[in-house]
Amino acid sequence: MVSPPNNERPNSSPHENEDDYYLSKHPYQPQAKTSLAREQVALASASRWKLVYYRFKKHRLAVFALYTLLLFYLCVPFAEQIAPYSANTRNSDYLYAPPQSIHLFHEGKWQGPFVYPMKASVNLEFMRWDYEIETQKPMHLRFFCRGEPYKYLGTFKLDFHLVCPPENGVFYPLGTDRLGRDLLSGLIHGARLSLTLGLVGVAISMVLGVVLGGLAGYLGGLVDGAIQRLIEILRSLPELPLWMALSAAMPVTWSPIAVYLGLTVILGLLDWPGLARAVRAKIMALKQEDYAKAALYMGASPSRIIFRHLLPGFTSHLIASATLSIPAMILGETALSFLDLGLRRPAVSWGVLLNEAQSISVVVLYPWLMAPMLVVIIVVLAFNFLGDGLRDAADPYHH
Amino acid sequence: MVPTLLAASILIFIIIELPEGDYISNQIAYLRSTGEQSSIEKLLYLRSEFALDRPFWQRYLIWLGAMPGPSGFNGLLQGYWGWSFEHQRPVIEVLGSTLPLTILLNFSSMIFIYAVAFPIGIYSAARQYSWGDHGFTLLGYIGLATPNFLLALLMMYFANRWFGLSIGGLMAPQFIGAPLSLEKVGSILSHLIIPTIVIGTSGTAAMIRRLRANMLGELRRHYVITARAKGMGETALLIKYPLRVAVNPFIADIGNLIPSMVSGSVIVSVVLNLPTVGPVLLSALKSQDQFLSAFILMFISSLTLIGMLISDLLLGLLDPRIRKVGFKFKRSNNQLSSHREDNNGVSPK
Repeated sequence: MVSPPNNERPNSSPHENEDDYYLSKHPYQPQAKTSLAREQVALASASRWKLVYYRFKKHRLAVFALYTLLLFYLCVPFAEQIAPYSANTRNSDYLYAPPQSIHLFHEGKWQGPFVYPMKASVNLEFMRWDYEIETQKPMHLRFFCRGEPYKYLGTFKLDFHLVCPPENGVFYPLGTDRLGRDLLSGLIHGARLSLTLGLVGVAISMVLGVVLGGLAGYLGGLVDGAIQRLIEILRSLPELPLWMALSAAMPVTWSPIAVYLGLTVILGLLDWPGLARAVRAKIMALKQEDYAKAALYMGASPSRIIFRHLLPGFTSHLIASATLSIPAMILGETALSFLDLGLRRPAVSWGVLLNEAQSISVVVLYPWLMAPMLVVIIVVLAFNFLGDGLRDAADPYHH
Repeated sequence: MVPTLLAASILIFIIIELPEGDYISNQIAYLRSTGEQSSIEKLLYLRSEFALDRPFWQRYLIWLGAMPGPSGFNGLLQGYWGWSFEHQRPVIEVLGSTLPLTILLNFSSMIFIYAVAFPIGIYSAARQYSWGDHGFTLLGYIGLATPNFLLALLMMYFANRWFGLSIGGLMAPQFIGAPLSLEKVGSILSHLIIPTIVIGTSGTAAMIRRLRANMLGELRRHYVITARAKGMGETALLIKYPLRVAVNPFIADIGNLIPSMVSGSVIVSVVLNLPTVGPVLLSALKSQDQFLSAFILMFISSLTLIGMLISDLLLGLLDPRIRKVGFKFKRSNNQLSSHREDNNGVSPK
């Protein structure tokens, strides 16, 4: 038991008076020491992944980013339920409608969430639509309701929605585009393609990077030289023009699904060099370790040594750098779709939505069409913070 | 550099030839579908004239100028850049005025990136965790996350609204076709401000982060403590010792910076309607004008390679260690610095 602080002894020397000896007034806790030790033992014997988890948890911004992303990824499986409309539902009565604000109080009285109806009129002087809000009649939003029918997963006919427009009314919280399509619904449905595209692309780039980087690092010599040259060439080429050329090579007749897969392959094909270089450096360092040599002398095959013995040593690093390359892919898809080289309607992604916001007149007249930009920024930032947090946590034995 | 360029040319030619058919066969198919037979003959003649009916490797070698085509040795190596089907003119005439502007734009963005990132990076490192540091870090993150083309749109709008800078294009309309004058040059320069900033933003953000990390690493070294203990002024100390070490990877990173910057300039030019190679490339890719797009891609790649060469030379000039040990050391140093790059994570131990 460690003696507590402030143990002032009454006399300067303990042996001056035999009867007067020091006694701690604090209670004796026999369990105290062992319980502390148990904690330490738990930390010392924790697996690598547990340590990574502990360190990641301390990075509050990264944890926040993770939850934000999870929220966005909810739109991937449940887009139809969350969105009030389908992505391509047109309403010719509401072209370029501005965002409707959601109110709670009508004439000072609590009403619950409701919107005021809008009425469109043509402004022939400026050639645009003017909307007048009629503030006499509040129209209540419906929740957990039955609305526009859809086919879930292509098979089940459902009409359940989280939120529906009021009866005989409309609900456009982010406004509509030139054909009267709801922007919020577009964003939610677009998340499905935009958010998965990066994941699939990174998966492709990771497979290529690990295999080629692993081969280069493990075999060395000629193979290493060849792969290194290839990486150098690919890295020296500007990405976007190559992406443009490759996506222009996709036939126009392809279905949206095929274009989507083609895009992921294009984004993945040009992204692997960075990962391959990192894998190569790691493998080269790790193959000098005793355990790798032991495996070699016991007759393990190269693929077994790489995947079974060396790769687990830096999987956390790989995941971190993969996370950091997702934003580039999301931005890449946005740029390609913006240039009409990527996805096209009826497929909806954030890039496709931004395609509407091509000219300066949109910024001036219909600024709400820029909303997908905010979403892109939030997601890209979240991936960056998450990746930074993962990278800091990836090496738990450091420091 | 020459082998890299050669390999790049093969890669580019393959990519350009990936779509089925070519410009002329598309034209022929179009004419057939409209029932016009008369000009097909002429197109078929053109097809053989441009060796489009030969196998792939022969077309590549003819384009490169390593093999005699229908009109003898006449390819990139001989200085002939090819024929643009869409514009019905040689590529050199189509691109003529856009090439210098592309170089000018990329060069000025480069200057912008260094001019902005350098002081901010040093400031952020010297005053770590101050309000200024946090502010610049946040700005940098947002700069990294905003799509270039949208930033261009927004800046175009606000620059016009707040500063009265005119929008889009290379110069004010009244100067088009006018003889070169001081006002015209001024107009061109003021039109270059927005594209330069927009193209430079993401590069600047990355540069600030890297310089800050490098500086922080150096500031913990013993020589800094020694200098401080001896009573050296903080500013003089900063500039004299850690900065000189931290700036090396900064220069070496030009190699990583240039490809992304050139990428950015292509799309920003499309949005801002600048007469660089960007918009030409886009339309050439869409209409399968293969020689034009292949040449533009070649031009962009050689631009990046030349930039990398300059960065290598600069590095040799700045870092005496590289000059003495020579080429071998420089290469490994380059690799180290590129691993430290943020987007490619995973720093080797």
